[in-house]
Amino acid sequence: MEATSTCPSYSARDYKSEVKPVWCPGCGDYSVLGSITKALAELSIPPERVALVSGIGCSSRLPAYTNVFGFHGVHGRALPIATGIKVSRPELTVIASGGDGDGFSIGGNHFMHACRRNVDMTYIVMDNEVYGMTKGQASPTTAPDWEKSKLTPQGTGINPFHPLVIALAAGANFIARGFSGDQNGTAQLITEAIRHPGFSFVQLLSPCVTFRPEQRDWKDMVHPAAVDPTDDPARAARRLMTDDGFNVGVLYRGSRKPFQPERQASVDSVADLEKEFVL
Amino acid sequence: MTARSVSITFAGSGGAGVMTAGNMLLDAAGRAGWYAYMTRSSGAQIRGGEAAAMMRLSTSPVQSHDDHFDVLVAIDWQNVGRFSAEIPMTSDGLVLGDPDGGDFPEQIGAKGARCADIPFKKMAKEIEGGRPNMIALGAVAGLVGLPEDAVLGVVRDSLAKKGEAARTASEASVRAGMAFAAGLPACPRLAAAEGQSERLWSITGNEAAGLGAVRGGIRFVAAYPITPGTEVLEWLAPNLAKLGGVLVQAEDELASINQIIGASYAGVPSLTATSGPGLALMTESLGLAVASETPITVVNVMRGGPSTGIPVKSEQSDLNIALYGLHGDAPHLVVAPNSLADCAFSTQWAVHLADSLQTAAIVLSDQSLGQSRATIAPPLDPGFRAIRLMPEGEAAERYRRYTNTASGVSPMAVPGMKGYQYTADGLEHNEYGTPSSAAADHSAQLDKRLRKLAVHDYGQHWADIEGDGDIAVLTWGSTTGPVREALERFRASGGRARLVSIRLISPVRPEQLAAALAGVARVLVVEQSHGAQFHRYLRAHYDLPGSVRAFHRPGPLPIRPNEIFRQLADWS
Repeated sequence: MEATSTCPSYSARDYKSEVKPVWCPGCGDYSVLGSITKALAELSIPPERVALVSGIGCSSRLPAYTNVFGFHGVHGRALPIATGIKVSRPELTVIASGGDGDGFSIGGNHFMHACRRNVDMTYIVMDNEVYGMTKGQASPTTAPDWEKSKLTPQGTGINPFHPLVIALAAGANFIARGFSGDQNGTAQLITEAIRHPGFSFVQLLSPCVTFRPEQRDWKDMVHPAAVDPTDDPARAARRLMTDDGFNVGVLYRGSRKPFQPERQASVDSVADLEKEFVL
Repeated sequence: MTARSVSITFAGSGGAGVMTAGNMLLDAAGRAGWYAYMTRSSGAQIRGGEAAAMMRLSTSPVQSHDDHFDVLVAIDWQNVGRFSAEIPMTSDGLVLGDPDGGDFPEQIGAKGARCADIPFKKMAKEIEGGRPNMIALGAVAGLVGLPEDAVLGVVRDSLAKKGEAARTASEASVRAGMAFAAGLPACPRLAAAEGQSERLWSITGNEAAGLGAVRGGIRFVAAYPITPGTEVLEWLAPNLAKLGGVLVQAEDELASINQIIGASYAGVPSLTATSGPGLALMTESLGLAVASETPITVVNVMRGGPSTGIPVKSEQSDLNIALYGLHGDAPHLVVAPNSLADCAFSTQWAVHLADSLQTAAIVLSDQSLGQSRATIAPPLDPGFRAIRLMPEGEAAERYRRYTNTASGVSPMAVPGMKGYQYTADGLEHNEYGTPSSAAADHSAQLDKRLRKLAVHDYGQHWADIEGDGDIAVLTWGSTTGPVREALERFRASGGRARLVSIRLISPVRPEQLAAALAGVARVLVVEQSHGAQFHRYLRAHYDLPGSVRAFHRPGPLPIRPNEIFRQLADWS
């Protein structure tokens, strides 16, 4: 746990491992991996001082492809693991990553409470509106009329989840949307998200070319947010509720104090605690 | 008439102060050198329901209730009849109640005990600020022969912050109760306390578990409240902070177990506490801790099940889920405290084992241990600490987190250690931690995770073994208390029998148990479970000698010493 003596500079390559990804050719997640490693190089954080946590799904495979301390946990629970790491070791840079099913369906409760708790960490969701690893089922962000899943052949018929609005309502301190196809722009968003105190949420539109080939068109649909980010939740809510889902950039910057319990001992030893039991 | 043990119940409606009276009696007995034990029972209401403080005072350490109660004091009778099954009275027991305290319950009256009146309300009115529960406390203290100064000392200390008036009124109430007791029918008085060389502690099992946790080195706790485990967490919240540790209240049990996995992965010994429904939610991630070899400890305070079951009552029925609830082949530790004081030792030992062996440990306590309070000799710190094997020096080559060592334990790096970056994984993996579905990797890692538990030297702590003879009583957890007492009576009546109380439930120790049972012709298995879960576990993993009988029944009523004694005495 020793601190590094000087401040060496790093390149994105220093954050990559030699493990070959399981992703399909053309998957948006390759580019996200590049954006994350570029952001870490930009921030010049020593790889051993970064913890990258994920759940289960295609995008959750990401930690093994990096050279930082990784944790590939169970489905939906990346945020609690990341919370435990950050609260117990606040000097680490903690990132959680995963997909839309992992984060908004099975992990939905943790998403809300992580926003609310506002621990200083960054949550990157690679959103492709589909469960890819299980071969193409509708996720919480899938449109209600998508009929390509064998599980819901008539479409889900239910409204998609709006993660940015939920994040804002639940108390996230930084909200951004990016597109995986813009690797440098996304790296910049991630850099800002890591720098911003408290819980930063970054939704990355990351196409699934296998089960949602139509998402290749996203590159023509995304557009930079027309206005500067706001720190006013009411204004941010209005914008997020009415945007077209392809508005990319930093959309909200809050100033809520991050959750970080004091860790200052007031007794010398456990024996001091035992006095309360003595009759 | 003096006795070495006297049992008393305070009962009344919510707010009548029966728990306060019970706690004060316990502390006063402890200060005067007696051992005391108290369990609580209450109705389902959050506030205002009927409540009972069931006490036992004794000249020697006491771990469970006796067969019967000698005295029942009802501050009022509202719904007290509901406790009748929990308060079996001796045939000449004394039932004390207020004639103005409502209708005397038929169920209590049917027991044939002697009845006497104490006009609590009337007496309290005659004292300015008088309290019926303090009159009851004084009456019981007078009946059993507790010294007045011990009781008044506790009253003064307990009410120090309530002001002069409250203290004076309570002292006067206690004195009035003691004076009234002189005219009551006699009940057994406690024999003189056997001089204690040190001051006793007043502690609950849940507090003891918390103490064991911090003694073992736990410095991160994630908490989601659940009856009857909450007090472990509530004790830890302020005390961890004093030690510079952290407790986080989680959004659910899925979060709490994953938070502790995260904190432990980051290098901080971590624990959570829960009860059956919470343990069920945690089982998937217990498997993650096993597969990723991340040490964690989960204290599970058992209650009646299945489903929501009986949250406020005890049962030993989470044994199966603790042992077999994890999917896949997932060897892990299951440790069971067998007395209130042992909650401290067993939790601390579990924390030490979890970190030493880099796996998940479940501590199986139960409501009757966790929520009971007793005066005990101060439990010494046995010295077990959470110490992890970590890599040393600079990383020469790519770090093999899951090196297949002879001991099965491989050096575990934590974030911050340069050159030792790896990805912990619940996916099967190779020695580097890289996901692998290769048969050779799966087999090697399964063997490694099994081997590290199998080859570890657990010393003598795997079980408590007492006595000799060709009869053995085999038990675990909280039923050990009544078994110990039954065996004392059996020996006093000329019998010979041994006790084997298994503390290390998993991994199993078949050779050690075989040695402990050498020469045994009859084995009596005792447990508080409808489905005989412990008996089936023994049958699956051990060879039991001679003929075997299983005495098992569910909660909520505790198994009492005479039931076990009868099993032994009648088995001829």
